[in-house]
Amino acid sequence: MSLPQDFWGRIIFIINEYGLSLLKGAGTTLLIALVGTLIGCVIGLIVGTIQAIPISKKDNIFKKIFLRILKIIMSIYVEVFRGTPMMVQAMFIYYGLAVCFGINMSMWFAAFFIVSINTGAYMAETVRGGILSVADGQTEAAKALGMTYTQTMLYVILPQALKNIMPQIGNNLIINIKDTCVLSVIGTVELFFATKSVAGTYYTYFEANAIAMVMYLCMTVSCAKLLRLIENKLNGPENYSLSTTDTLAFTSGLLKYPNKKEAK
Amino acid sequence: MSERIIKVKNLKKNFGKHEVLKNINFSVKKGDITTIIGASGSGKSTLLRCINLLENPTDGEILYNGENILNSKNVPAYRAKVGMVFQNFNLFENMNVLQNCMVGLRKVLKMNKEEAKERSLYYLEKVGMTPYINAKPRQLSGGQKQRVAIARALAMQPDVLLFDEPTSALDPQMVGEVLSVIKKLAEEGLTMIIVTHEMAFAKEISNHVVFMHNGVIAEEGNADRIFVNPKKAETKEFLQRFIACA
Repeated sequence: MSLPQDFWGRIIFIINEYGLSLLKGAGTTLLIALVGTLIGCVIGLIVGTIQAIPISKKDNIFKKIFLRILKIIMSIYVEVFRGTPMMVQAMFIYYGLAVCFGINMSMWFAAFFIVSINTGAYMAETVRGGILSVADGQTEAAKALGMTYTQTMLYVILPQALKNIMPQIGNNLIINIKDTCVLSVIGTVELFFATKSVAGTYYTYFEANAIAMVMYLCMTVSCAKLLRLIENKLNGPENYSLSTTDTLAFTSGLLKYPNKKEAK
Repeated sequence: MSERIIKVKNLKKNFGKHEVLKNINFSVKKGDITTIIGASGSGKSTLLRCINLLENPTDGEILYNGENILNSKNVPAYRAKVGMVFQNFNLFENMNVLQNCMVGLRKVLKMNKEEAKERSLYYLEKVGMTPYINAKPRQLSGGQKQRVAIARALAMQPDVLLFDEPTSALDPQMVGEVLSVIKKLAEEGLTMIIVTHEMAFAKEISNHVVFMHNGVIAEEGNADRIFVNPKKAETKEFLQRFIACA
């Protein structure tokens, strides 16, 4: 089958001939981005939470030293992975480690590893910011109730911090969908890699990349919409119901009060 | 009953070079309603926050039932016995009204769900907030938030309840609803330490008034003596300004 001359004809030709391999590439892109963002969020949550632990003068000496060292290691991690290009990291980790130390990791493992650890470095700062964004007053109130630091974090601060950083998680996911294309340097057959092959075979750079851009756009837009839905869900209902029934009836029923407060 | 629950001895607190509290001595008996009055910046709130260890005193002792809590290893357990109500309510924004009251009971006192709910509802009823148990803090008015905060503190059944300017962030029309709740608690004999600018309220409710001036207790005594017959010039001047306003 010969290559049509007009734009739409070429588009249809590419879709017919290479649609499946492009879709497979898009699938790989999405998989790496989603898994990478998810693991990255977990890494970020752990690192960011540890970074936010205050060191007080009253702590014992071992705890202080341990925390200091841990924090230094984590800030080195954040600075290194935030401060170098992901493409260089990919080359360094996949080829560099193999040549120098004989560590042969599979391409898939390397791909997930690189995206996760990169996202983690960004998310760590985001999580720390999220924790700081929750008003100090609530920490004090939790303390005043007798809650420990861990309890305060777990039940009061982190749920709110996570909700506050949802837009940033969405941002990271979108960035990851686009940035997985740098993994083509280590031979990951994601969407960009697939597009490059198609474009190169028939010299259809304009058409093939047009298709790829539309596919990227579909993925990013739908992910953004999905995350917005989740965000709204986390916000909870706008309204609340006044409970005008005897709520104690469900527990002991020892107390009674009249239904004098009807709807607001 | 002259059992001293809290005794503050030679308490000092510095913020950097600034001495906020200079050698504070006072004590609270069981059933006492102590109000701490004084101009802004005189150290009232800092003193209250030191009692709950939200601020670490620089020097001195705070005895709770005779035990110096500054050496205590288990600060959370002490805080669970000393409730606190804040100026800015500080409700947990991620929880509804009922959950706000229950979380301390469940996580700190390790109560089971039914018990915690029952007790929370009992205290929410006391402050008149039962109809709103499903509401989130952001959906409530200031006065309602403060009443929930009081119920949250009461549910822990503390030995002493500390109030840090509980009505200062409220509209004048909401001050009443909060003060009447506090008055009700006073009638029930709860031990309270209240930092307030509501002089009429302080005069009516308290049996012990502490007047602070520049980080020291300038004068203390029963309500009638301080308000009607103050001895120190600073106290007179301070009270006069309030009477002039009212």
